[in-house]
Amino acid sequence: MADQPTALERFIQGILPENPVYRQLLGLCPTLAVTNGMKPALTMAVSVAFVLVCANVVISLIRNLLKPHLRIVVFTLTIATFVTVADRLLAAYMFQMSKTLGPYIPLIIVNCLIICRCEVCGSKQNPFIAAADGLGQSLGFGLALASIAAVREILGTGMLMGFKVLPAFWPDWVIMVLPPGAFITLGLLLGLVNYIDFKREEARK
Amino acid sequence: MSLKKSNLAQAWLVLLLATLFGTALAGIQAKLGPVIEANKVKETMAKIPVLVLGEDLAAELAADNQALTVKSRMIEVKKNGTTKFYTVYDAWLPDGKMVGHVVKADGQGYADKIELLVGLDAQGDTITGLFVLDQKETPGLGAKILEDNWRGQFKDKATQKTLSVVKGGGAKDDQIDSISGATISSRSVAGIVNTAVANVVPRLQINDGPDDNKTPKVQSEEPGKDKERS
Repeated sequence: MADQPTALERFIQGILPENPVYRQLLGLCPTLAVTNGMKPALTMAVSVAFVLVCANVVISLIRNLLKPHLRIVVFTLTIATFVTVADRLLAAYMFQMSKTLGPYIPLIIVNCLIICRCEVCGSKQNPFIAAADGLGQSLGFGLALASIAAVREILGTGMLMGFKVLPAFWPDWVIMVLPPGAFITLGLLLGLVNYIDFKREEARK
Repeated sequence: MSLKKSNLAQAWLVLLLATLFGTALAGIQAKLGPVIEANKVKETMAKIPVLVLGEDLAAELAADNQALTVKSRMIEVKKNGTTKFYTVYDAWLPDGKMVGHVVKADGQGYADKIELLVGLDAQGDTITGLFVLDQKETPGLGAKILEDNWRGQFKDKATQKTLSVVKGGGAKDDQIDSISGATISSRSVAGIVNTAVANVVPRLQINDGPDDNKTPKVQSEEPGKDKERS
Protein backbone atom coordinates (compact mmCIF):
# COMPACT_ATOMS: atom_id res chain seq x y z
CA MET A 1 0.00 0.00 0.00
CA ALA A 2 3.04 2.23 0.14
CA ASP A 3 2.65 3.51 -3.39
CA GLN A 4 -1.06 4.33 -3.03
CA PRO A 5 -1.90 8.07 -3.07
CA THR A 6 -2.90 9.78 0.18
CA ALA A 7 -6.28 11.36 0.82
CA LEU A 8 -5.14 14.84 -0.17
CA GLU A 9 -3.51 13.59 -3.35
CA ARG A 10 -6.67 11.70 -4.25
CA PHE A 11 -8.78 14.79 -3.63
CA ILE A 12 -6.60 17.12 -5.73
CA GLN A 13 -6.12 14.62 -8.54
CA GLY A 14 -9.86 14.36 -9.05
CA ILE A 15 -10.36 18.08 -9.59
CA LEU A 16 -8.01 18.74 -12.51
CA PRO A 17 -5.08 16.35 -13.08
CA GLU A 18 -7.46 13.38 -13.37
CA ASN A 19 -10.65 15.26 -14.13
CA PRO A 20 -13.33 12.64 -14.87
CA VAL A 21 -14.66 14.41 -17.97
CA TYR A 22 -11.67 16.23 -19.44
CA ARG A 23 -8.99 13.67 -18.57
CA GLN A 24 -10.64 10.29 -18.19
CA LEU A 25 -13.56 10.96 -20.58
CA LEU A 26 -15.85 9.12 -18.18
CA GLY A 27 -19.49 9.85 -17.43
CA LEU A 28 -20.09 11.44 -20.81
CA CYS A 29 -23.76 10.48 -21.02
CA PRO A 30 -24.93 12.97 -18.35
CA THR A 31 -22.23 15.39 -19.49
CA LEU A 32 -23.83 15.60 -22.92
CA ALA A 33 -27.44 15.17 -21.90
CA VAL A 34 -28.14 17.53 -19.02
CA THR A 35 -25.77 20.44 -19.68
CA ASN A 36 -28.25 22.54 -21.69
CA GLY A 37 -28.79 24.59 -18.56
CA MET A 38 -26.86 25.39 -15.40
CA LYS A 39 -29.56 24.22 -12.99
CA PRO A 40 -29.98 20.67 -14.32
CA ALA A 41 -26.19 20.38 -14.64
CA LEU A 42 -25.63 21.35 -11.02
CA THR A 43 -28.42 19.08 -9.81
CA MET A 44 -26.84 16.22 -11.72
CA ALA A 45 -23.41 17.07 -10.29
CA VAL A 46 -24.76 17.05 -6.72
CA SER A 47 -26.60 13.76 -7.29
CA VAL A 48 -23.48 12.14 -8.73
CA ALA A 49 -21.42 13.50 -5.81
CA PHE A 50 -23.86 11.98 -3.31
CA VAL A 51 -23.84 8.60 -5.03
CA LEU A 52 -20.09 8.57 -5.63
CA VAL A 53 -19.04 9.49 -2.09
CA CYS A 54 -21.56 7.13 -0.44
CA ALA A 55 -20.75 4.21 -2.74
CA ASN A 56 -17.01 4.74 -2.42
CA VAL A 57 -17.17 4.78 1.39
CA VAL A 58 -19.44 1.73 1.62
CA ILE A 59 -17.23 -0.24 -0.78
CA SER A 60 -14.19 0.82 1.21
CA LEU A 61 -15.77 -0.38 4.46
CA ILE A 62 -16.41 -3.85 3.05
CA ARG A 63 -13.27 -3.99 0.88
CA ASN A 64 -11.76 -6.89 2.82
CA LEU A 65 -14.84 -9.03 2.29
CA LEU A 66 -14.95 -8.60 -1.48
CA LYS A 67 -14.32 -11.60 -3.68
CA PRO A 68 -12.60 -10.75 -6.98
CA HIS A 69 -15.19 -12.38 -9.22
CA LEU A 70 -18.14 -10.92 -7.31
CA ARG A 71 -16.88 -7.40 -6.77
CA ILE A 72 -18.64 -5.82 -9.77
CA VAL A 73 -21.99 -7.21 -8.59
CA VAL A 74 -21.41 -5.66 -5.17
CA PHE A 75 -20.37 -2.32 -6.73
CA THR A 76 -23.47 -2.20 -8.92
CA LEU A 77 -25.74 -3.18 -6.06
CA THR A 78 -24.33 -0.44 -3.83
CA ILE A 79 -24.44 2.20 -6.56
CA ALA A 80 -28.00 1.28 -7.56
CA THR A 81 -29.13 1.64 -3.96
CA PHE A 82 -27.77 5.15 -3.59
CA VAL A 83 -29.04 6.19 -7.02
CA THR A 84 -32.53 5.08 -6.02
CA VAL A 85 -32.24 7.13 -2.83
CA ALA A 86 -31.14 10.18 -4.86
CA ASP A 87 -33.95 9.65 -7.37
CA ARG A 88 -36.63 9.42 -4.66
CA LEU A 89 -35.25 12.46 -2.81
CA LEU A 90 -35.36 14.53 -6.01
CA ALA A 91 -38.89 13.38 -6.81
CA ALA A 92 -40.02 14.29 -3.30
CA TYR A 93 -38.32 17.66 -2.84
CA MET A 94 -37.42 18.93 -6.33
CA PHE A 95 -40.33 17.53 -8.35
CA GLN A 96 -40.03 19.73 -11.44
CA MET A 97 -36.25 19.22 -11.62
CA SER A 98 -36.75 15.50 -11.28
CA LYS A 99 -39.11 15.62 -14.27
CA THR A 100 -36.59 17.67 -16.27
CA LEU A 101 -33.78 15.21 -15.60
CA GLY A 102 -36.14 12.29 -16.23
CA PRO A 103 -34.34 8.99 -16.75
CA TYR A 104 -30.87 10.54 -16.44
CA ILE A 105 -30.94 10.22 -12.66
CA PRO A 106 -31.64 6.44 -12.72
CA LEU A 107 -28.98 6.25 -15.45
CA ILE A 108 -26.32 7.30 -12.93
CA ILE A 109 -26.25 3.58 -12.08
CA VAL A 110 -24.42 2.92 -15.34
CA ASN A 111 -22.15 5.97 -15.06
CA CYS A 112 -18.76 4.31 -15.39
CA LEU A 113 -17.10 7.10 -13.42
CA ILE A 114 -18.55 5.70 -10.19
CA ILE A 115 -17.74 2.06 -10.83
CA CYS A 116 -14.24 3.17 -11.87
CA ARG A 117 -13.64 4.99 -8.56
CA CYS A 118 -14.98 2.01 -6.59
CA GLU A 119 -12.54 -0.22 -8.45
CA VAL A 120 -9.53 2.11 -8.35
CA CYS A 121 -9.87 3.60 -4.89
CA GLY A 122 -12.83 2.35 -2.83
CA SER A 123 -11.95 -1.32 -2.99
CA LYS A 124 -8.28 -0.69 -2.13
CA GLN A 125 -8.02 2.15 0.39
CA ASN A 126 -9.57 3.12 3.71
CA PRO A 127 -12.92 4.94 3.98
CA PHE A 128 -11.33 8.34 4.70
CA ILE A 129 -9.26 8.26 1.51
CA ALA A 130 -12.23 6.86 -0.38
CA ALA A 131 -14.38 9.79 0.77
CA ALA A 132 -11.68 12.29 -0.23
CA ASP A 133 -11.37 10.59 -3.60
CA GLY A 134 -15.13 10.68 -4.10
CA LEU A 135 -15.29 14.36 -3.18
CA GLY A 136 -12.40 15.29 -5.46
CA GLN A 137 -13.76 13.37 -8.42
CA SER A 138 -17.28 14.78 -7.90
CA LEU A 139 -15.88 18.29 -7.69
CA GLY A 140 -13.99 17.70 -10.94
CA PHE A 141 -17.14 16.28 -12.52
CA GLY A 142 -19.21 19.21 -11.25
CA LEU A 143 -16.73 21.75 -12.58
CA ALA A 144 -16.68 20.07 -15.98
CA LEU A 145 -20.49 19.96 -16.14
CA ALA A 146 -20.75 23.57 -14.98
CA SER A 147 -18.23 24.79 -17.57
CA ILE A 148 -20.06 23.07 -20.42
CA ALA A 149 -23.46 24.16 -19.14
CA ALA A 150 -22.30 27.77 -18.78
CA VAL A 151 -21.10 27.93 -22.39
CA ARG A 152 -24.22 26.26 -23.72
CA GLU A 153 -26.75 28.23 -21.68
CA ILE A 154 -25.10 31.62 -22.31
CA LEU A 155 -24.66 31.14 -26.05
CA GLY A 156 -27.95 29.31 -26.49
CA THR A 157 -30.29 31.53 -24.50
CA GLY A 158 -28.23 34.58 -23.51
CA MET A 159 -29.03 33.74 -19.90
CA LEU A 160 -27.29 32.08 -16.98
CA MET A 161 -29.37 30.50 -14.17
CA GLY A 162 -32.31 32.47 -15.58
CA PHE A 163 -30.58 35.87 -15.50
CA LYS A 164 -29.91 37.78 -18.71
CA VAL A 165 -26.14 38.06 -19.14
CA LEU A 166 -25.79 38.88 -22.83
CA PRO A 167 -27.15 42.10 -24.40
CA ALA A 168 -30.61 41.91 -25.97
CA PHE A 169 -29.27 42.05 -29.55
CA TRP A 170 -27.63 38.64 -29.05
CA PRO A 171 -29.21 36.19 -31.49
CA ASP A 172 -29.72 33.08 -29.35
CA TRP A 173 -27.80 30.19 -30.84
CA VAL A 174 -30.55 27.65 -30.31
CA ILE A 175 -28.30 24.84 -31.55
CA MET A 176 -26.21 25.21 -28.40
CA VAL A 177 -29.04 23.99 -26.14
CA LEU A 178 -29.88 21.17 -28.56
CA PRO A 179 -27.91 17.89 -28.58
CA PRO A 180 -25.38 18.97 -31.28
CA GLY A 181 -24.39 21.91 -29.06
CA ALA A 182 -23.31 19.45 -26.38
CA PHE A 183 -20.90 17.69 -28.71
CA ILE A 184 -19.56 20.96 -30.14
CA THR A 185 -18.98 22.47 -26.69
CA LEU A 186 -17.43 19.34 -25.22
CA GLY A 187 -15.11 18.99 -28.22
CA LEU A 188 -13.97 22.60 -28.14
CA LEU A 189 -13.46 22.68 -24.35
CA LEU A 190 -11.58 19.38 -24.48
CA GLY A 191 -9.36 20.83 -27.20
CA LEU A 192 -8.81 23.96 -25.13
CA VAL A 193 -7.79 21.97 -22.03
CA ASN A 194 -5.35 19.90 -24.09
CA TYR A 195 -3.97 23.01 -25.78
CA ILE A 196 -3.28 24.72 -22.44
CA ASP A 197 -1.58 21.57 -21.21
CA PHE A 198 0.53 21.34 -24.36
CA LYS A 199 1.66 24.94 -23.96
CA ARG A 200 2.54 24.38 -20.32
CA GLU A 201 4.54 21.29 -21.24
CA GLU A 202 6.45 23.28 -23.87
CA ALA A 203 7.17 26.12 -21.46
CA ARG A 204 8.63 23.68 -18.98
CA LYS A 205 11.15 22.33 -21.49
CA MET B 1 -14.64 -27.65 1.71
CA SER B 2 -17.57 -28.33 -0.57
CA LEU B 3 -19.64 -25.84 1.39
CA LYS B 4 -17.07 -23.13 0.82
CA LYS B 5 -17.04 -23.78 -2.88
CA SER B 6 -20.80 -23.69 -3.30
CA ASN B 7 -22.10 -20.66 -5.12
CA LEU B 8 -24.42 -19.77 -2.30
CA ALA B 9 -21.62 -19.60 0.25
CA GLN B 10 -19.53 -17.44 -2.01
CA ALA B 11 -22.35 -15.05 -2.64
CA TRP B 12 -23.18 -14.47 1.02
CA LEU B 13 -22.04 -10.85 0.87
CA VAL B 14 -24.16 -10.12 -2.19
CA LEU B 15 -27.19 -11.72 -0.55
CA LEU B 16 -26.65 -9.91 2.72
CA LEU B 17 -26.16 -6.54 1.03
CA ALA B 18 -29.18 -7.07 -1.20
CA THR B 19 -31.31 -7.73 1.87
CA LEU B 20 -29.92 -4.75 3.79
CA PHE B 21 -30.18 -2.32 0.88
CA GLY B 22 -33.63 -3.60 -0.02
CA THR B 23 -34.85 -3.01 3.51
CA ALA B 24 -33.32 0.46 3.61
CA LEU B 25 -34.93 1.38 0.28
CA ALA B 26 -38.29 0.10 1.47
CA GLY B 27 -37.95 2.40 4.47
CA ILE B 28 -37.10 5.37 2.28
CA GLN B 29 -40.01 4.66 -0.05
CA ALA B 30 -42.37 4.45 2.93
CA LYS B 31 -41.13 7.84 4.10
CA LEU B 32 -40.93 9.67 0.74
CA GLY B 33 -43.71 7.90 -1.20
CA PRO B 34 -46.52 10.06 0.22
CA VAL B 35 -44.53 13.26 -0.49
CA ILE B 36 -43.98 12.20 -4.11
CA GLU B 37 -47.65 11.27 -4.45
CA ALA B 38 -48.63 14.70 -3.09
CA ASN B 39 -46.37 16.33 -5.71
CA LYS B 40 -48.15 14.39 -8.43
CA VAL B 41 -51.59 15.35 -7.13
CA LYS B 42 -50.46 18.98 -7.04
CA GLU B 43 -49.29 18.81 -10.63
CA THR B 44 -52.51 17.04 -11.65
CA MET B 45 -54.55 19.84 -10.06
CA ALA B 46 -52.48 22.43 -11.94
CA LYS B 47 -53.00 20.65 -15.27
CA ILE B 48 -56.75 20.00 -14.99
CA PRO B 49 -57.92 23.39 -16.37
CA VAL B 50 -55.78 23.04 -19.50
CA LEU B 51 -56.78 19.40 -19.97
CA VAL B 52 -60.53 19.94 -19.83
CA LEU B 53 -60.81 23.50 -21.18
CA GLY B 54 -57.82 23.76 -23.53
CA GLU B 55 -55.01 26.33 -23.32
CA ASP B 56 -57.06 29.40 -24.33
CA LEU B 57 -60.10 28.96 -22.11
CA ALA B 58 -57.91 27.95 -19.17
CA ALA B 59 -55.86 31.12 -19.56
CA GLU B 60 -59.06 33.17 -19.81
CA LEU B 61 -60.40 31.64 -16.63
CA ALA B 62 -57.14 32.31 -14.81
CA ALA B 63 -57.16 35.90 -16.07
CA ASP B 64 -60.63 36.37 -14.58
CA ASN B 65 -59.20 35.18 -11.29
CA GLN B 66 -61.53 32.22 -11.22
CA ALA B 67 -60.86 28.55 -10.83
CA LEU B 68 -62.55 25.27 -11.57
CA THR B 69 -64.03 23.33 -8.71
CA VAL B 70 -62.36 19.95 -8.72
CA LYS B 71 -63.26 16.85 -6.77
CA SER B 72 -61.60 13.49 -6.99
CA ARG B 73 -63.15 10.08 -6.64
CA MET B 74 -62.13 6.49 -7.19
CA ILE B 75 -63.78 4.39 -9.84
CA GLU B 76 -63.60 0.68 -9.30
CA VAL B 77 -63.37 -1.51 -12.37
CA LYS B 78 -63.78 -5.27 -12.00
CA LYS B 79 -62.65 -7.24 -15.00
CA ASN B 80 -61.62 -10.86 -15.45
CA GLY B 81 -61.42 -11.34 -11.74
CA THR B 82 -59.08 -8.42 -11.11
CA THR B 83 -60.02 -5.08 -9.68
CA LYS B 84 -58.46 -1.88 -10.93
CA PHE B 85 -58.93 1.55 -9.42
CA TYR B 86 -58.91 4.76 -11.42
CA THR B 87 -58.68 8.17 -9.84
CA VAL B 88 -61.09 10.47 -11.63
CA TYR B 89 -61.16 14.22 -11.14
CA ASP B 90 -64.44 15.93 -11.97
CA ALA B 91 -64.31 19.61 -12.86
CA TRP B 92 -67.04 22.23 -12.65
CA LEU B 93 -67.04 25.81 -13.87
CA PRO B 94 -67.51 28.53 -11.24
CA ASP B 95 -71.21 28.72 -12.19
CA GLY B 96 -71.67 25.07 -11.28
CA LYS B 97 -71.74 23.63 -14.81
CA MET B 98 -69.81 20.43 -15.28
CA VAL B 99 -67.06 20.84 -17.87
CA GLY B 100 -65.21 17.58 -17.84
CA HIS B 101 -63.24 14.87 -16.16
CA VAL B 102 -59.60 13.94 -15.88
CA VAL B 103 -58.70 10.28 -15.52
CA LYS B 104 -55.37 9.20 -14.10
CA ALA B 105 -54.26 6.05 -15.90
CA ASP B 106 -51.07 4.06 -16.01
CA GLY B 107 -49.54 1.13 -17.83
CA GLN B 108 -46.29 -0.42 -18.91
CA GLY B 109 -44.22 1.57 -21.36
CA TYR B 110 -41.02 0.57 -23.12
CA ALA B 111 -38.80 1.25 -20.12
CA ASP B 112 -40.97 1.71 -17.08
CA LYS B 113 -44.49 2.55 -15.99
CA ILE B 114 -46.08 5.47 -17.87
CA GLU B 115 -48.57 7.59 -15.94
CA LEU B 116 -51.03 9.65 -17.94
CA LEU B 117 -53.78 12.17 -17.32
CA VAL B 118 -56.59 11.84 -19.85
CA GLY B 119 -58.99 14.77 -20.15
CA LEU B 120 -62.61 13.99 -21.11
CA ASP B 121 -65.54 16.29 -21.81
CA ALA B 122 -68.56 16.40 -19.50
CA GLN B 123 -70.40 13.54 -21.24
CA GLY B 124 -67.27 11.49 -21.73
CA ASP B 125 -67.74 11.56 -25.53
CA THR B 126 -64.47 13.21 -26.51
CA ILE B 127 -60.90 13.25 -25.30
CA THR B 128 -60.04 16.85 -24.49
CA GLY B 129 -56.34 16.46 -23.75
CA LEU B 130 -53.50 14.24 -22.67
CA PHE B 131 -50.70 14.90 -20.23
CA VAL B 132 -47.79 12.65 -19.27
CA LEU B 133 -47.36 12.67 -15.52
CA ASP B 134 -44.45 10.26 -15.25
CA GLN B 135 -42.33 8.32 -17.75
CA LYS B 136 -38.84 6.94 -18.15
CA GLU B 137 -38.83 6.27 -21.90
CA THR B 138 -35.64 6.47 -23.98
CA PRO B 139 -34.50 10.08 -24.27
CA GLY B 140 -34.74 11.35 -27.85
CA LEU B 141 -37.05 8.52 -28.94
CA GLY B 142 -39.78 7.32 -26.61
CA ALA B 143 -39.53 10.47 -24.51
CA LYS B 144 -41.11 12.31 -27.45
CA ILE B 145 -44.46 11.23 -26.00
CA LEU B 146 -43.99 14.35 -23.86
CA GLU B 147 -44.08 16.68 -26.85
CA ASP B 148 -47.15 18.81 -27.46
CA ASN B 149 -47.27 17.90 -31.15
CA TRP B 150 -47.59 14.23 -30.48
CA ARG B 151 -49.83 14.45 -27.42
CA GLY B 152 -52.05 16.90 -29.32
CA GLN B 153 -53.17 14.11 -31.66
CA PHE B 154 -55.32 12.66 -28.88
CA LYS B 155 -57.29 15.88 -28.52
CA ASP B 156 -60.85 15.81 -29.92
CA LYS B 157 -60.78 12.05 -30.56
CA ALA B 158 -64.12 10.33 -29.98
CA THR B 159 -64.16 7.89 -27.10
CA GLN B 160 -66.57 5.60 -29.02
CA LYS B 161 -63.80 4.19 -31.17
CA THR B 162 -60.66 2.37 -30.12
CA LEU B 163 -57.59 4.32 -31.15
CA SER B 164 -55.01 2.52 -33.25
CA VAL B 165 -51.42 3.48 -33.95
CA VAL B 166 -50.22 3.76 -37.55
CA LYS B 167 -46.71 4.18 -38.93
CA GLY B 168 -45.58 6.64 -41.54
CA GLY B 169 -48.07 9.45 -41.05
CA GLY B 170 -51.49 9.98 -42.57
CA ALA B 171 -53.41 9.09 -39.44
CA LYS B 172 -57.19 9.24 -39.89
CA ASP B 173 -60.02 9.86 -37.41
CA ASP B 174 -59.38 7.11 -34.92
CA GLN B 175 -55.67 6.74 -35.59
CA ILE B 176 -52.54 8.09 -33.97
CA ASP B 177 -49.24 8.57 -35.78
CA SER B 178 -46.50 6.61 -34.08
CA ILE B 179 -43.25 8.31 -33.17
CA SER B 180 -40.61 7.01 -35.56
CA GLY B 181 -38.17 4.84 -33.65
CA ALA B 182 -40.53 4.56 -30.72
CA THR B 183 -43.42 2.41 -31.88
CA ILE B 184 -43.61 0.58 -28.55
CA SER B 185 -43.85 3.79 -26.53
CA SER B 186 -46.50 5.15 -28.92
CA ARG B 187 -48.54 1.96 -28.73
CA SER B 188 -48.22 1.89 -24.94
CA VAL B 189 -49.65 5.37 -24.58
CA ALA B 190 -52.50 4.69 -27.02
CA GLY B 191 -53.17 1.40 -25.24
CA ILE B 192 -53.29 3.04 -21.81
CA VAL B 193 -55.70 5.68 -23.15
CA ASN B 194 -57.91 3.05 -24.81
CA THR B 195 -58.10 0.91 -21.69
CA ALA B 196 -58.80 3.87 -19.43
CA VAL B 197 -61.50 5.22 -21.74
CA ALA B 198 -63.12 1.81 -22.14
CA ASN B 199 -63.09 1.20 -18.41
CA VAL B 200 -64.01 4.62 -17.08
CA VAL B 201 -66.41 6.22 -19.58
CA PRO B 202 -69.30 3.75 -19.03
CA ARG B 203 -68.89 4.23 -15.29
CA LEU B 204 -68.86 8.01 -15.26
CA GLN B 205 -71.91 8.99 -13.26
CA ILE B 206 -72.42 12.60 -14.03
CA ASN B 207 -73.46 14.59 -11.02
CA ASP B 208 -75.73 17.59 -11.05
CA GLY B 209 -73.29 19.86 -9.32
CA PRO B 210 -70.15 19.99 -7.26
CA ASP B 211 -72.15 19.97 -4.04
CA ASP B 212 -73.89 16.71 -4.85
CA ASN B 213 -72.52 14.29 -2.30
CA LYS B 214 -74.79 11.40 -3.13
CA THR B 215 -72.27 9.71 -5.41
CA PRO B 216 -70.46 7.03 -3.46
CA LYS B 217 -66.75 7.35 -2.71
CA VAL B 218 -66.48 11.05 -3.39
CA GLN B 219 -63.45 12.45 -1.67
CA SER B 220 -63.04 16.15 -1.54
CA GLU B 221 -59.48 17.00 -2.52
CA GLU B 222 -59.71 20.70 -3.17
CA PRO B 223 -62.81 22.61 -2.15
CA GLY B 224 -62.18 25.41 -4.66
CA LYS B 225 -63.89 28.75 -4.47
CA ASP B 226 -67.30 28.41 -2.93
CA LYS B 227 -68.19 32.07 -2.76
CA GLU B 228 -69.20 32.05 -6.43
CA ARG B 229 -72.18 29.82 -5.75
CA SER B 230 -75.27 30.27 -3.65
